[in-house]
Amino acid sequence: MTKSINIAKLEARFQAKVDAEQKIEPKDWMPEAYRKTLIRQISQHAHSEVVGMLPEGNWILRAPSLRRKVALLAKVQDEAGHGLYLYSAAETLGINRDELFEQLLTGKAKYSSIFNYPTQTWADIGTVGWLVDGAAIMNQVMLTRTSYGPYARAMVRICKEESFHQRQGYEILLALSQGTEEQRKMLQDAVNRWWWPSLMMFGPSDAESTHSAQSMAWKIKRKSNDQLRQEFVDATVRQAEYLGVTLPDPDLKWNEERGHYDFGKINWDEFWAVVKGRGPCNKNRLKTRRKAHENGAWVREAAMAHAEKRAARQKEEGIA
Amino acid sequence: MDQAAALLDYVLRLADSNLVLGQRLAECCGHAPELELDIALTNISLDLMGQARSLYQYAAELKGNGCTEDDLAYFRTEREFRNPLLVEYPNEDFAYTILRQFLFDAYNQLFYQALENSSDARLAEIARKSIKEIRYHLRFSAEWCIRLGDGTELSRQKMQTALDDLWDYTAELCTPNATDQTLLSTGIAVDLEQLKAPYFERVEEILTKATLRKPDYEPFQQGGKEGSHTEFLGHLLAELQVLQRTYPGAEW
Repeated sequence: MTKSINIAKLEARFQAKVDAEQKIEPKDWMPEAYRKTLIRQISQHAHSEVVGMLPEGNWILRAPSLRRKVALLAKVQDEAGHGLYLYSAAETLGINRDELFEQLLTGKAKYSSIFNYPTQTWADIGTVGWLVDGAAIMNQVMLTRTSYGPYARAMVRICKEESFHQRQGYEILLALSQGTEEQRKMLQDAVNRWWWPSLMMFGPSDAESTHSAQSMAWKIKRKSNDQLRQEFVDATVRQAEYLGVTLPDPDLKWNEERGHYDFGKINWDEFWAVVKGRGPCNKNRLKTRRKAHENGAWVREAAMAHAEKRAARQKEEGIA
Repeated sequence: MDQAAALLDYVLRLADSNLVLGQRLAECCGHAPELELDIALTNISLDLMGQARSLYQYAAELKGNGCTEDDLAYFRTEREFRNPLLVEYPNEDFAYTILRQFLFDAYNQLFYQALENSSDARLAEIARKSIKEIRYHLRFSAEWCIRLGDGTELSRQKMQTALDDLWDYTAELCTPNATDQTLLSTGIAVDLEQLKAPYFERVEEILTKATLRKPDYEPFQQGGKEGSHTEFLGHLLAELQVLQRTYPGAEW
């Protein structure tokens, strides 16, 4: 009895703090479900950064100029860095990176479905930067104001780098749009393939989204999936016009009354199929991650063994 | 060989070495044993690529006629590349990656330190900019050699296997060819003969700390600096050059 009263009190105090826009920090009391939701969300986000290295990494070796190669390599490296901060943010909630990795490699944890699509041509690299990073930024800017302190702070840093990546992607596409006939075709083809999956990145519509209401109350999320998706469409249409590409949606048009663009119906069957593992690259992405992890096991073990030997030697010398 | 041709050959050798090794390291991006190592290897790759660009830009100026850094990286063939063989050796596993890096860094640090005194102002300037990065590369690769050599029994075996293979390619690093000789008299080139003793001394010091056995044969593979390469280089270049070759004349 007393226990549940106490918890109710703690919960009320926690919610008051959230409502007052104060950040929740690792040592603060928090409801178990809040902690679990954050671990799930932050680790999904971290896994997305790490798996996201693969489709873009696919073109590092073939980048068409030295300048583009260096920029792409640096971008993929930034993603590894984002993965690191996010795993660290998740670790403040009482789980360690090995456990999180294990969840990724066994398929228990999810990552953003967008990375289960293939990067088929060089234009895909520009398009991923423009649309995929663009969609991610919408979400991440919102998360700089999320209620959990370490997550919000990681996002501030990540957002700065992501907007740089998006410009870099757009710049790749600008070069293609001003290039040869073949390059312009390559650009349009990539946009045709990435447009709808990018819209799906915001997740199911608000009516279908299982975690949304609670996350909004806890101020983990501050805007709904549909709201963010609309902001993304509104921001992107003009950029597409400037590039001279057509977004592959006949229903896309300005709605004067709403003050927003209307757009066509998303193919949610495709979305759920990819989430459930049936996208074009799901199996290969996990296989590649698993292979890197397994091939690296002897290296990690050797580093540990060496550190132990060194510590033992130092101790011995200390005694002598 | 005249001085101008020798200088171009020399600058291309340095540029190609960095590009090829940078490309090999870039292959590891997203596939390294842990995230921290992924980031570190990519850092080294980025440094090498950055240095390669400065060198190709210089070479392009020496060539003239509107030649660009990308013309030199993307439109020369296997037989025109001038890098030593060591840097083109594939990443068979992480032991090869880290040993290839150490065997090259140990040489590269001595080389660029000496190149700071080159009578060619541009090379001296590039060397001054590069040397800090190279010192860091060497510290990183030497530490990892020790860690993996003196780690577990398995890691020691893997490192020894890699060393036994890669050792053969160390001969070429400090052996001068006609290009070096032509440029030595004018103080442009580094005297490679002078690097040989300190190079092997340093390498052996780290191998000892890593509990690795120096291979019992004299390294002898040569030819990269004259454009005679292993079978591995053609594949690396095919991948690197594919877009430029497929769409000649396109701007990216």
